[in-house]
Amino acid sequence: MFGRLTSFQDSLLDEFWRLHQEMDEMLGDGLSSAGGIRSAPRGTFPAVNVIQTPAEVQVYLFAPGVDPKKLDVSVQRGLLTVSGERNIPVHDEATYYRQERFSGEFRRAISLGDDVDPDKVEAKYRDGILQIQVRRRESAKPRQIEIH
Amino acid sequence: MARNVSEVAAPESKGGAVQQTRGRTEAGMRAPVDIYEDGEGITLEADMPGVSRERLDVRVDGDTLLLEGNVQFELPKDAEAMYADVRSTVYRRSFVLSRELETSNIQATLKDGVLTVRIPKRAELRPRRIEVRTA
Repeated sequence: MFGRLTSFQDSLLDEFWRLHQEMDEMLGDGLSSAGGIRSAPRGTFPAVNVIQTPAEVQVYLFAPGVDPKKLDVSVQRGLLTVSGERNIPVHDEATYYRQERFSGEFRRAISLGDDVDPDKVEAKYRDGILQIQVRRRESAKPRQIEIH
Repeated sequence: MARNVSEVAAPESKGGAVQQTRGRTEAGMRAPVDIYEDGEGITLEADMPGVSRERLDVRVDGDTLLLEGNVQFELPKDAEAMYADVRSTVYRRSFVLSRELETSNIQATLKDGVLTVRIPKRAELRPRRIEVRTA
């Protein structure tokens, strides 16, 4: 009897979890209906925001406390890859109450589309945000056609 | 060992989609923190990428330490969002400090989006090493 009750509760919990995750995906990823094949789970360091205009794609990586010299940024066939390292020193003599901050090596890959120009990439690091600007190819930009 | 810094429970939305709307303050993003203690005091380090000094507020209100920062980043005019892990522009977190901490002497520094807060212990309450003499 208890066995049945437990399995019922388990299935209820499972259902709850499934719904919860579905909601999360629906609400949390409202910008694109499906997650990219290279997308990282939520909470992955560094967090990423991507915006676009007809002329460019801008990628913002929220990577505080990182030495910009230790960042590696590359664009190949429309795929932007950023890798780096953030090593937080551990004070052996101290008592830790919380260690929530990410420490170690990281890598994120962001698909920018086929029309970006890998030769026109600019990156700057300010206040812990790495901002990468990638321009689209001239031919890919929408053009206003004049009618005579 | 008793905890010297305990977090103030605040309703924090999961997605973190938070803005100040019509004077109503909603919970901000939860900045990840490291907190550690040594003989002299407690150090708190918080990740707040995109926050500049002018947009950072570190405050002690009674026995509560409040950290608040606003994210600022340049956006082109005709920008359209493609993907966003970060849905808010506010970081907010608060902690209750215990009595042996000297709240009047807190030091805060901000570098590359990392906030470091140093909270010293009152001098008379710092642990002292008792020397054991041989008789």
